[in-house]
Amino acid sequence: MTELIAFALMMGLAALSLLASRFAARGADATARARLIERINDVLPQTQCGRCTFAGCRPYATALAEGSADINQCPPGGDSTAEVLAALLGRPPKRVDPEFGIMPSVPMVAWIDEPACIGCTKCIQACPVDAIVGASRYMHTVIAADCTGCELCIPPCPVDCIEMRPASASITEVIEAARFRALPG
Amino acid sequence: MLQGNSARGGLRLEAHKERSTREPIAQASAPALAVLPLDQHAGHPAMPIVAIGDRVAIGQAIARPTGDVSAWLHAPVSGEVVGIEPRPSVTRDCMPAPSIVIASDARETRHPPERTIQDFLAVDPLELREWIGRGGIVGLGGAAFPISAKLATGAQAAELALLINGAECEPYISCDEMLMRERADDVLHGARILMHALQAREGIIALEDDAPLAAESLRAALAKIEDDRIRIQIVPTIYPSGGERQLIASVFGREVPFAGLPPDIGILCHNVSTAAAVARWVRDGEPVVSRVVTITGDGVERARNLEARLGTPVAQLIAECAGYTPRVERLLMGGTMMGMPLSTDEVAVVKGTNCIVAASAMDLQPRQPEMPCIRCGNCSEVCPAYLLPQQLHLNARAMDLAGLERYGLMDCIECGCCDYVCPSQIPLVARFREAKPRLAEHLRARDDARDSRLRYESRAARLQRLEAEQRARLEEKRRQARRKES
Repeated sequence: MTELIAFALMMGLAALSLLASRFAARGADATARARLIERINDVLPQTQCGRCTFAGCRPYATALAEGSADINQCPPGGDSTAEVLAALLGRPPKRVDPEFGIMPSVPMVAWIDEPACIGCTKCIQACPVDAIVGASRYMHTVIAADCTGCELCIPPCPVDCIEMRPASASITEVIEAARFRALPG
Repeated sequence: MLQGNSARGGLRLEAHKERSTREPIAQASAPALAVLPLDQHAGHPAMPIVAIGDRVAIGQAIARPTGDVSAWLHAPVSGEVVGIEPRPSVTRDCMPAPSIVIASDARETRHPPERTIQDFLAVDPLELREWIGRGGIVGLGGAAFPISAKLATGAQAAELALLINGAECEPYISCDEMLMRERADDVLHGARILMHALQAREGIIALEDDAPLAAESLRAALAKIEDDRIRIQIVPTIYPSGGERQLIASVFGREVPFAGLPPDIGILCHNVSTAAAVARWVRDGEPVVSRVVTITGDGVERARNLEARLGTPVAQLIAECAGYTPRVERLLMGGTMMGMPLSTDEVAVVKGTNCIVAASAMDLQPRQPEMPCIRCGNCSEVCPAYLLPQQLHLNARAMDLAGLERYGLMDCIECGCCDYVCPSQIPLVARFREAKPRLAEHLRARDDARDSRLRYESRAARLQRLEAEQRARLEEKRRQARRKES
């Protein structure tokens, strides 16, 4: 009888410890995955442009960690980011698929044709990085230094007054502008 | 005499300063056409405030600063603005840079000074700092960093020591030595103005032990003003002891943190010429419109120091030193270690031009074809920035940006010591100069990504909070409606 009780106790203990370890493993898995997502997110360019078909860089990082996205979906990051992702995830390297978008040869930022702006705030709501300032029925403008060039503000504009322009207006252009301003008359 | 022992590396080089220090500083004649690049200081280029056809007088402001790190520019000659256009410039390797061009009318009309301050101690330090910034003063040691930006960082330190850098360590350059010999009063006056503007507790003027006449002249000037907060310190002549970080290490025995600036350890460093320019501006109302330039090298007949107006073509300065010798091979702006080769003598003197070397074969280190690195380690022994140039070289060849960052490429001061000792004749500094902008671009992109990520995350959090608040408000309304019903 005593042997039976002892046996039952041991079985119970074994079952308990098994359960506990299962839970612990699940917890460890979750933290490891969160850490992986963080590491993937760190190498993404943070343009939040959604060209990868996900809602932003972190969602794409999550999908990559889950294995539901490929490493070649980030045009702003380019081939170098794809390479880092391949190394990070232990997958064969790949070039970025042009289907997800082709980046311009020079970095571009959004530019609002201010006289045409009607102040609808639609672009402000679309900007994922708060790089557009303005208020309802007041002119809006893009903070060029903060613009990531995601182009998400362009489709919502009802008057088509936003376009992409090269990010660094060359010094010559700035001086040109100043010269015309300084010209007499 | 060696204070502390943290200054490491470096080389004992032949100074080649005797030829150019035989004669006193002479005034160069004013150029007929002054060309003033708008980007002749570090940071953002200046913006013209004159138009073509405007008449200007000496010392009149012609361009204003844009942004925090930028400087004013003043007319060095009187005459007419004949162009605001791209002109070949030393700031861009003799490629065109936007410049203001003034045709001199040879009348030398002076713009009346807006303000002169005799009793600077009566002026509020903040006001004084702002006023100093108006004088178009930049680091005249060669880096041309706008003084306003430097003073702003220095003023944030609680306890500050002012270090006046007279350690002109690079071979051939002698403009600071001549300036200390002849204008020690200006240097000390400028130092005292800067000390008041920064509320510094002490001032140290450091110079190398191979300039005894300059030290003598400074001591005599110091005895006249009897300011016991200022002392003169002699440092050993080891290139590059005049580098800002190297000089701080040998004077104070302390290191500037690698990602930090001298004010982080309570020190601000200015060149002696900069201090003299501060004195001229504050006391006499004379902005930076000229500077002392050393014209030397075996390729020029009469090596000497000239006080040249900004915008003077190099060719004119050479002509005033009796022209080239037949042995001339190359033209350098700066010394022979860090100087930039000039492809033409049609470029103009800028605020950062300390020296022109017309070099013959005698002045230049003979260079053989490059050979593979044999890992001798000589380069890391002489590196004053404690870097490992051979590792940097390997990473630069592969353009491995992560590796370059890890080995501290951005801390390279481009002094050229590694080049000098390399037995395989590898042009290390040229490689590093090439890799630096690419690494800087990479680091900038990474910083931008971090910033936009922060903005994205805070926006997401804000949207979530707003939605929650909206939901709570709706809930509250419903509850009130229900209460009314019941």
